[in-house]
Amino acid sequence: MASLALWVVLAPLLAALVTGLAGIHLGRRLTHALTIICVLASCILAFLMLLQVLAGARLDAPVYTWMVSGGIPFQIGFLVDPLSALLALVVTFVSLAVHVYSIGYMADDPGDVRFFGYISLFTFAMLLLVLANNFLQLFIGWEGVGLVSYLLIGFWFEKPTATAAALKAFLVNRIGDLGFILGIAMVFRYAGSLSYATFFARVPDLAGMTVALGFGWHVQVLTLMGLLLFVGAMGKSAQIPLHVWLPDSMEGPTPISALIHAATMVTAGVYLVARLSPLYIHAPEALSVILVIGSLTAFFMGILGIVATDIKRVIAYSTLSQLGYMMAGLGATAFAAGIFHLVTHAFFKALLFLGAGSVILAMHHEQDMRKMGGLRKYLPVTYATFLVGALALVAFPGFSGYFSKDALIDAVGQSPVPGAAFAHVLLLLSVFVTALYTFRMLFMVFHGPERMDAHTREHLHERPWVVTLPLVLLALPALAVGWILFHPLLGGSFFGTALATPAGINPLASFAHLSAWRFFLDAWDAPSFYLMLAGLAVAAYGYLWRPEWPGRLVARIRPLYGLLVQGYYFDAVYLHLGAAGSVLLGRRLWKWGDEQAIDGVGVNGTASRIGWLGTLVRKLQTGFLYQYAFTMVAALVVLVFWALVRY
Amino acid sequence: MIPAWSWLSLLIWFPVASGIVLLALGSRAPSFARGFALVTSILAFVMSVAVWIGFRDGTASMQFVERAAWIPLLHANYHLGIDGISLPFLVLTTFSTVLVVLAGWRVIEYKQAAYFAAFLLMEGFMNGVFAALDGLLFYFFWEAMLIPMFIIIGVWGGPRRIYASFKFFLYTFLGSVLMLVALIYLGVRTGSYDLLAFQRAPLGLGTQIWLFIAFLLAFAVKVPMWPVHTWLPDAHVEAPTGGSVILAAIMLKMGAYGFLRLSLPITPDASRYFSGLMVALSLIAIVYIGFVALVQTDMKKLIAYSSIVHMGFVTLGFFALFFMVGASSIEAARMGVQGGIFQMISHGLVAAALFLCVGVLYDRLHSRDIATYGGVAKSMPVFGALFVFFAMANVGLPGTSGFVGEFQVILATWQANPWWSLLAALNLVIGAGFTLWLIKRVVFGPVVNEPVAKLKDLVHRERLFLFLLAVPILLLGLWPSPILDVMRASVAHLVHQALTSKIP
Repeated sequence: MASLALWVVLAPLLAALVTGLAGIHLGRRLTHALTIICVLASCILAFLMLLQVLAGARLDAPVYTWMVSGGIPFQIGFLVDPLSALLALVVTFVSLAVHVYSIGYMADDPGDVRFFGYISLFTFAMLLLVLANNFLQLFIGWEGVGLVSYLLIGFWFEKPTATAAALKAFLVNRIGDLGFILGIAMVFRYAGSLSYATFFARVPDLAGMTVALGFGWHVQVLTLMGLLLFVGAMGKSAQIPLHVWLPDSMEGPTPISALIHAATMVTAGVYLVARLSPLYIHAPEALSVILVIGSLTAFFMGILGIVATDIKRVIAYSTLSQLGYMMAGLGATAFAAGIFHLVTHAFFKALLFLGAGSVILAMHHEQDMRKMGGLRKYLPVTYATFLVGALALVAFPGFSGYFSKDALIDAVGQSPVPGAAFAHVLLLLSVFVTALYTFRMLFMVFHGPERMDAHTREHLHERPWVVTLPLVLLALPALAVGWILFHPLLGGSFFGTALATPAGINPLASFAHLSAWRFFLDAWDAPSFYLMLAGLAVAAYGYLWRPEWPGRLVARIRPLYGLLVQGYYFDAVYLHLGAAGSVLLGRRLWKWGDEQAIDGVGVNGTASRIGWLGTLVRKLQTGFLYQYAFTMVAALVVLVFWALVRY
Repeated sequence: MIPAWSWLSLLIWFPVASGIVLLALGSRAPSFARGFALVTSILAFVMSVAVWIGFRDGTASMQFVERAAWIPLLHANYHLGIDGISLPFLVLTTFSTVLVVLAGWRVIEYKQAAYFAAFLLMEGFMNGVFAALDGLLFYFFWEAMLIPMFIIIGVWGGPRRIYASFKFFLYTFLGSVLMLVALIYLGVRTGSYDLLAFQRAPLGLGTQIWLFIAFLLAFAVKVPMWPVHTWLPDAHVEAPTGGSVILAAIMLKMGAYGFLRLSLPITPDASRYFSGLMVALSLIAIVYIGFVALVQTDMKKLIAYSSIVHMGFVTLGFFALFFMVGASSIEAARMGVQGGIFQMISHGLVAAALFLCVGVLYDRLHSRDIATYGGVAKSMPVFGALFVFFAMANVGLPGTSGFVGEFQVILATWQANPWWSLLAALNLVIGAGFTLWLIKRVVFGPVVNEPVAKLKDLVHRERLFLFLLAVPILLLGLWPSPILDVMRASVAHLVHQALTSKIP
């Protein structure tokens, strides 16, 4: 088991290392072969690992001692339990699909070897994160995926918008990391170790303990710890108000939008909270915050998807919204539901992104949906698979998203965590919003009149198998995983003790004996089904039957529309207050502090005001070294002499 | 075990003697001079590695001790010895000197032999500072190493070198003189100049306070701590690349080393007395200087300010040790000090690498102005990749050495005061801001002009010295244990000394 886990992680690293050091000499085809074989190997091993876990095997073992500081060892080590094994399989599977797809997508790009090195490196870092048995390694992987995300958003580094988006992503994530690292510091302070096992064992003792923050302010240790760690999760999983980097990250190549900014990296925050469920069940205030922030993100980011016109941005806002769902599920202590939605979302959202990539390729890198339409004739495979992804996204009964999302909404409705009622309403409304933006996108791209120019239309055709195969590979789980995983995950038999169960009311209790089939049949009883249909109806009305209607509506609600197009002005505020403010502050400190106060008054001022000293020092400034040397030696002699006299 | 040679003397005087030979040679055979300098510096590096191999972990006592009468009248001895704190710096010094020789290989055209000689002399003197166990000897090396640096800035420096060296001189000289006074006072009082005897001598709080202030002025300038930091950006800007590398990699470490060797063990009570001030100054350096670094338009100035930020972590780690609370306060204190020392070593590598990167660009376009560049990655892909890597180390990305020290200091500081930890951790954002904004403007983006488009990528020599730095930065990030193991016993001893009152 230990060596299995090791090779799951190391195989992609090997690919990344060889590609990084020798990729130029290997050439494209060998690089493709090498990286894909390594990721395939990793995926197969992850599958074997999951089988072993299902058979009851567990692993929590160190690999090596990273450092010993202050007498306390910090180790690199793996934890293989149902949670990490499941996610390792999801990560490697999506990564494999994206690797294959990228052969086609990046075929014309001169940087394609570099690209493959990056995505292999990403897979390594993500696995390091998921399989960590301690906070240190978690943080190493966390920053590692952040690095690769930065490099890949700015992959086309000659595009100013791409490099700006990369910098923004890194900085916003670093704001989250600020909270995260303080949370880790706090874990270390109270557990004396960064290993999960030691920490979880300490958590019950810490319940009720408070920490004094000065100014007479006392906070529950676990609440503060939970909130600080959640700030980290907010950065990576792009929760309001740290969500602003994710839409811009669409500047990167589409395959990485699927892999990093939809399926895996952005769910790291969700994983973090779920992994720390033993902490969060003892921190109810932190849970409420997670619940509220998650549901706000789900609703308000979904709304932005309705006004976006760039196909990738629509999916990006959708990702934000779905991440909000997952967080809300975790906040409601329905940890298994959050992870279930993470898994189904990974498949159907990667599928949607890759489908969008296929559309973008066919459209000669046009991403504006207003210039598309009627593409289902030209791209039948893409259309069919995209439709599967879309139906999964809107939680159409029978598709994977239905099982995870409706279960999640249901669990939030039953949660005793304060704020759950509010969150439940927002999540239900978001169902309507989700259906609206999803079908709007589907209709604008694949149905209706063909709005592209004649030249593009002539060249519309499906891409080679390397592009379509991954679509099919992802469409299958988008259809099936809901059925397969529903009962084991939500019924509680799969996760066992890997996810904590709350002491009081368990919002997932009603799922203990519910089969997927029963849940499917009950679809018609839930309000979310009708909300989804309403979203579908509005989208069909506005984008199939009455195409002039959205424009008229926009004209009537111009100020609101402006607010939405500007993304509620988050970017504007951050840019003018955050970025420009920092630069202004820096300039003031530099010019007034360093140059005028310290140098002007202190350093140069001393010399000029005390005239004789100034002259003296100026005389010393001859530039002749022997004079400097002489001065020092002379001074030394004088002082030694002085000492001798006192002797 | 390595035979009982005078290894430390060799590490000091072999480079010095070689430097003198080069000076005597004059400008007769420049290509011989650089070859000679390279061989000498490599030999010195090998010797320092031999010392590392012969060094025994697990004890805080001095090793490789040499002792001989020097000025009997004053009871000053030629007394050398190293512990786990000084050892890494010896190796860092000899390693940096190799890099500097490589970096100056083709670039320096004026008085080549003298240029290399200056660096060899400096190497010897810097090794002397790290190995000296006698107060006067320490002072001798401390001042002696400034002379080659003056020469380097003064002769091979940029256009404003007079102003820069004036500032350098005023700052460092005033500070050091007071340190000498303090050392003489201690010498008179204890009857010898043995630093270890100074450390043992009981001293009243009032005396300690005066001594601490005298040391502080010398060390704070060198670190440099806010507000006595303004000489550094000017000195860096005017210094040639090699000068900047040594300045950043080693000379800045002298101040922090002084705190470890003199202030904390000799005046522990005064250190405690002033620790609040020291923490405040450290935090100001991290936050205030971070914002100043953000708005720099000159690449070297930006990296110089970034150095001040990173040295803020060092002094924070050292002086937060007086505030540790909780069950594991001793562990936290050790962690902070270890983190600070690791940060010194890491910063030595990373800042050296960044200055060399700027040097690579400067050699091509003779500009340090950020606005001159843009899109460098297009014409110099290998350089771009390395520059981004070093920038990430500067940002403290895990997996690079830059992370290890900051991580330990942030973790340890939480146990002193969570708010300090928050202020220090702000560097995660601000540091990323100034470093990656630099990268965005210089390395990425569209190619801005014809000269940038025509830039040639790294030649073999440049690749060599940048790879030589990239390797330890990565390895120490993946496995910092070896360095920490070497220093553990000495750090534990130091923390014990610092926390033990010497008031009689």
